[in-house]
Amino acid sequence: MLRLEPRKEVSQPMLYATPVMAVALTIAAGMIMFLAMGEDPVRAISIIFFDPLFDSFSITEMVVKATPLILIAIGLSFGFRAGVWNIGAEGQFTIGAVTGGSVALIFWEVEGFWVLPLMSTAGILGGMAWAAIPAFLRTRFNANEILVSLMLTYVAILVLSVMTHGILRDPDGYNFPESRLFHDSATLPILIEGTRAHVGFIVALLVVATAWVLLARHIIGFQIKVMGQAPHAARFGGFLESRVVWLCLMISGGLAGLAGLFEAAGPVGQLVPSLPVGYGFTAIIVAFLGRLNPIGILFSGFVMALTYIGGESAQIEMNLPSAITGVFQGMLLFFLLGIDVLAKYRIRWARQYASMEKG
Amino acid sequence: MDLTILILQGVIVAATPLLFAAIGELVVERAGVLNLGVEGMMIIGAVAGFSVTLETGSHMMGILAAMLGGMVFACLFGFLTQVLMSNQVATGLSLTIFGLGIAALWGQAYSGMTTEPLAKLDIPGLTSIPIIGPLLLSHDILVYMSIGLTIGVGWFLSKTRPGLILRAVGENHDAAHAIGYNVVGVRMLAIMFGGACAGLGGAYLSMVQTPLWVENMTAGRGWIALAIVVFAAWKPNRALLGAYLFGGVTVLQLHAQGFGVKIDAQYLSMLPYLVTIGVLVVISRDKTKANLNAPACLAKSFYASS
Repeated sequence: MLRLEPRKEVSQPMLYATPVMAVALTIAAGMIMFLAMGEDPVRAISIIFFDPLFDSFSITEMVVKATPLILIAIGLSFGFRAGVWNIGAEGQFTIGAVTGGSVALIFWEVEGFWVLPLMSTAGILGGMAWAAIPAFLRTRFNANEILVSLMLTYVAILVLSVMTHGILRDPDGYNFPESRLFHDSATLPILIEGTRAHVGFIVALLVVATAWVLLARHIIGFQIKVMGQAPHAARFGGFLESRVVWLCLMISGGLAGLAGLFEAAGPVGQLVPSLPVGYGFTAIIVAFLGRLNPIGILFSGFVMALTYIGGESAQIEMNLPSAITGVFQGMLLFFLLGIDVLAKYRIRWARQYASMEKG
Repeated sequence: MDLTILILQGVIVAATPLLFAAIGELVVERAGVLNLGVEGMMIIGAVAGFSVTLETGSHMMGILAAMLGGMVFACLFGFLTQVLMSNQVATGLSLTIFGLGIAALWGQAYSGMTTEPLAKLDIPGLTSIPIIGPLLLSHDILVYMSIGLTIGVGWFLSKTRPGLILRAVGENHDAAHAIGYNVVGVRMLAIMFGGACAGLGGAYLSMVQTPLWVENMTAGRGWIALAIVVFAAWKPNRALLGAYLFGGVTVLQLHAQGFGVKIDAQYLSMLPYLVTIGVLVVISRDKTKANLNAPACLAKSFYASS
């Protein structure tokens, strides 16, 4: 019989090897799945996982998709390290787009370098305000933040719907539920002419660097780690639990709000009810796949963006539903979580284990 | 009067899938496991039930396939969280994403097709009684099953020994293990039961409510089921109330405009979520009371150290 024996310390090499193994296993399982469906497995996998990597336009599209994923996942990783489960990033993303987008519409056709920074600030504050609700209810009333933040996601999507059907609707838009198109000063500058990759990606890179410094070198990062790994020690150490909860939810809410504003002011260019497309949920996978480590998240953000682009190619070239993206994203996390056991535990034969105990 | 009866019938149809999924998840959570994959298991149930009904022409086979499909997906979650001790939040979430994807692939060939909806059981002589007949005695078998299941689960949890063991495992898995109960085994059974119930809920959508297959047809109902469990403070009879309340609001927002209510449908749609948050705050405000309600080991991994 196989038996799992806990390791004294989490195996560091395993921690880095498992994401790579998970990607490899996902590709292998994908090939088996395509074989079962009667598709050419090599062709299908290369369309989804390899072709986009050698096409310059696809790479810029990956940057477009990776930007919100990285921004949100970095924020979430703080909370996940501390055991604060914000799974409502999708809602904070949506509210950030509403508040930041409202600023763009208030100053419609007003030119100025200050418009975008003001919009970004409003987006961050909007996301923070939405995340403040679960933070307040958890610290004041002990209400579970997983459920509160999740419920608020649906409320947020409805708020966006009310806004785009109501006061933010384009007055010249023939009653379509969408806002005016943002004017030039309210649209994110494009990085490479002719693509949709925008400066939000540069901001995401800066956020990655800042998060790395905070976690590796700052007292805040230390408090967050202790809080997650040893809550009792954290209490004896005098760290206030409520402070850490607030901090984590403000960071993740703010970054999700910023990501939402970037989506509205970037690739979409206006507020539409269909703005939230699930980045807030996918970012949770990104955070885990990146081992809650900022540099890891940068890479996993791109891996996850690849599954989106690959899914779109599969839809166009093989007539598969784009939901195939979800199949690969789900498998990726299943494999990662499954083989994670190798980092935390050692596999032993039970008999050997028993004889060791005697000896 | 006819319109009122029609609306109330609509409430029953809207509430039944929520009730199935919520009762299943309630049992899972009472065993100390948080499975956020309800939506994924529901959609698998929906596509399995629909496609098997279409292929075999038998609703019975469709219902069985939906339960089996939900259960298989639940086993995947169970294997990862119970045997490999993975994080329940992340695993459940990926189950939802994965389930939606697999269902879309599976259902691609059935897109836009329809089947005969599940027949209503008419009780001769009784169904024709005014008001009570159409309201209480003219439904399909699944509606009665959902009510029976709720009563059964309530009885099981509070009055039977296996129910007591299940709750013990959810409240304190270390103690339950120490007195010799198989924590992982009990949890696996609970998770499989939850999967079968979610599958049934999904099947109700694709076989009764709208007898056709559309991608993403669960449209967030799995998440509502999770909310209902909290709303119900983990009590089966209150889950019944919750499911009918949430179902009622969905139907109400369809008819609100018709009654000339000058309120955006979106505000009505927000209501159930806001009510759930309110209930959550009320039941968790007092820490001792909260501990009486929520299973103490919810979402915690169990490792048998000896």
